[in-house]
Amino acid sequence: MPRLTARVLLAAVILVTAACGSGADDPAEQFAAAADAGKLVVYSGRNENLVGPLLEMFTEASGIEVATRYGGSAELAAQLLEEGDRTPAAVFLSQDAGALGALQDEGRLEPLPADTLAKVPAQYSSVDGRWVGVSGRSRVLVYNPDLVPAADLPQSVFDLTAPQYKGKVGYAPTNASFQSFVTGMRVAAGEERTRAFLEGFRANEPKAYEGNALIVDAVNDGVIPFGLVNHYYLYEKAAEAGGLDKLTARNYLFPGADPGSLVNVTGVAVLAGKQSENAQAFVDFLLAPQAQTYFAEVTKEFPLIEGIEPDVPGLPALASLQGPKVDLSQLDSLEQTLALLDEVGLT
Amino acid sequence: MTKLLIGAPARPEAFPDGRLPPGRRAVRAGRRNRPPLLLVVPACLTAAIALLPMIYLAVRAFEQGFGVVGDVLLRERTLRLLLRSLLLAGAVTTACLVIGVALAWLTVRSDLPWRRGWAVVAALPLAIPTYVAGFAWISLLPSLSGFFGAFVVLTACSYPYVLLPVAAALRRMDPAGEEVARSLGLSPWQAFRRATLPQLRPALAAGGLLVALYALSDFGAVSIMRFDAFTRVIYTSYRSSFDRTPAAVLGLLLVAVTLVLVWLEARSRGRASYSRVGRGGARVGAVAGLGRLRLPALLVPVSVAALSLGVPAAALLYWTSVGVRGGFPALDVGGAALSTLTFAALGALATTVLAIPVGVLAARRSGRLPRLLERASWAGHALPGIVVAFALVFLSVRYAFPFYQRTPVLVLAYAVLFLPLAVGAVHASAAQSPPGLEEVARSTGARPLAVLRRVTLPLAAPGIAAGAVLVFLTCMKELPATLLLQPLGSETLATRLWTETGVAAYSAAAPYAAVLVLLSAVPTYLLGVRTGALGKPPTPPAFSVPRPPGSGSALAPRSSEGEP
Repeated sequence: MPRLTARVLLAAVILVTAACGSGADDPAEQFAAAADAGKLVVYSGRNENLVGPLLEMFTEASGIEVATRYGGSAELAAQLLEEGDRTPAAVFLSQDAGALGALQDEGRLEPLPADTLAKVPAQYSSVDGRWVGVSGRSRVLVYNPDLVPAADLPQSVFDLTAPQYKGKVGYAPTNASFQSFVTGMRVAAGEERTRAFLEGFRANEPKAYEGNALIVDAVNDGVIPFGLVNHYYLYEKAAEAGGLDKLTARNYLFPGADPGSLVNVTGVAVLAGKQSENAQAFVDFLLAPQAQTYFAEVTKEFPLIEGIEPDVPGLPALASLQGPKVDLSQLDSLEQTLALLDEVGLT
Repeated sequence: MTKLLIGAPARPEAFPDGRLPPGRRAVRAGRRNRPPLLLVVPACLTAAIALLPMIYLAVRAFEQGFGVVGDVLLRERTLRLLLRSLLLAGAVTTACLVIGVALAWLTVRSDLPWRRGWAVVAALPLAIPTYVAGFAWISLLPSLSGFFGAFVVLTACSYPYVLLPVAAALRRMDPAGEEVARSLGLSPWQAFRRATLPQLRPALAAGGLLVALYALSDFGAVSIMRFDAFTRVIYTSYRSSFDRTPAAVLGLLLVAVTLVLVWLEARSRGRASYSRVGRGGARVGAVAGLGRLRLPALLVPVSVAALSLGVPAAALLYWTSVGVRGGFPALDVGGAALSTLTFAALGALATTVLAIPVGVLAARRSGRLPRLLERASWAGHALPGIVVAFALVFLSVRYAFPFYQRTPVLVLAYAVLFLPLAVGAVHASAAQSPPGLEEVARSTGARPLAVLRRVTLPLAAPGIAAGAVLVFLTCMKELPATLLLQPLGSETLATRLWTETGVAAYSAAAPYAAVLVLLSAVPTYLLGVRTGALGKPPTPPAFSVPRPPGSGSALAPRSSEGEP
């Protein structure tokens, strides 16, 4: 009996060894050699389902092969910091400005050419010119019209501390988008007003969720009337459900320069010492009409260059968004935001 | 201990020949405690690998000075969340112990209908990652969250860690104690409580430890259930501050907690030796008739299976059907499944090979060094995958750059994370094969390596293989370390699943989750079959209890230890 088992073990070892031996042919091993093979290595904090097809378009248009590592933006930023100048990555595509700001502060980013920066309104790029925004997203209040008549919608995010919203607002305290919303509020409205808002908000017993999508689900299902989320989750859920008319939930933009309508961006940067024609071509591709239209139509985000008219019903034009005027590079002061959230007890 | 190390000869001259005059036997027995270098050197290597993350954590924790370390440790939030997590781990462990013992007893020792089938079914939740179970629960029952939600998901996913060793222990336990207790007039329950349960202590302690550490280091369930647990602080720290010092300090704290738990577990087993009882015993205790309770007792396995398997299955089916209605998505399961299997197989192989010297040493030698090496192998087990991943990024970029973001470093991460699962299996199965056979082999002049290869390992092979299967299974489900360390451009089922849920495409995610669960079900089924009612009593248990380090007396052959 033991002998039989030993043979089974041996067979397993041989199988595994064979699997490794044939590994040279399998895609995983081929990609492993990508850095050496002259491919452009991209770290992407954006989801593969969003970015993957875009990268294929890039390769098709430019002939430049790309190898990509996907992960959370902050995790990848931390990985880039650990890797230092030995990183295999040439380009970092980050979901939010904060991660880019952190790398910029550590001197890990290469300056971008002025004509690249000029394509995008200045407020959506690094003040230091080391990263550039490629697509925008807005914070919104998602609501359930069955539970809330349009007339009862708040005029400002600050109104959410009022008694009529008690226990009715979903939010995602651990989600980067909520944290950068709070950071944006700190920068736009000041520490004291933000603290007062957060304290009032907390006293109003909001419901914590792990992510924006779960909030949109909950609002759509009538579990909760309101949610503080990003604008595109509703459109993505609509695509999954087969149309916005299949859903109950709707987005609401706070009027004016309200911190509740903060516009944040996905940004791209070239890593220090990794400047090359290919890297620059990639950055420029993301700011060309094809990629900008893609962002708008597929990911339901706002294009950041002029003259793009996406076919997304219900999507407001970028110019119509107000939001607070915030230097997005300052959205890397997340540590203070966290400390504040921690003090207030919103975690 | 170093004294012993230096004194230990590398050659078989330690046991010059087997035909020693009777008078010298005592001398030889004394020497038996000298660990052979053949095992000590690779075992030290294994321990060093398990301790790799400590280097990184220490560097990052102390780079800003001791003051910062103190600040992080003394934050009110740190302590509060550690307590919350310990409370969760305690509740989950207690529930798992109750469920595990009940199911093990029902499937091994009672006349429950279809008990062999239930033995296999009861092990299957091991195939379900907590993030899948959590997602299933929250999508069916959106209001479930917080402590209770995390408790339900963690318990449903991890009770097999108790069930399997307890079932194995029940199978090989000598029923004599219980029979004597009954004959002395104790009721069945009293006999179970006073004669059987104490013998299960090592199995309960080992299984409970695995569950506790699982609950402590898990991120999937607590994040989906929005329970503010300790691991969430570590993740949040990486995600939001880009300052790796607090996360490193918290990681070290988690390792300290782990080592305390490991120490407590060893203590809880005490110095007594358990496994000799019934070792090789040809019979399993009499099947207890449940009588009128026979059918009602079915409620136990049925309800556990409904909660742990039914809910995830229902959610996956529902979401898959939603996806199919919206046009069948172009599934690329093949490539992801192949890399999942390849990485997991390599992870299991490497982990098992690394575990063998530690496990055999701990089973064959008493003393501080084997015990220390075995405990060291636990160091990485309670760390969240992301911490181990960053540690290996840090180290391999600096010292093993050619392997960075290649399969070897990923496999190494798996080994660091899951070593204890394999070490436990090796330890238990090696301890159960009679050392007398090795002595006979040595007496014929075989060298230690040959003895290890031709006697020790073949005898322990079934148990070791089961440990490897468990590691394989766990590697398949691993997400955070795989994300950061897998070769550029490759993807596993777990990372694919992460991608799909990242854009809220539940209907697209469900098929990947289903494939992952079904693939994991195969090794889990094998584990269940091995430990369940189908196995033959004399084979070493599939998933078994590491024997208390230092209980050298268990090495004595069976003949001297049987019941009087």
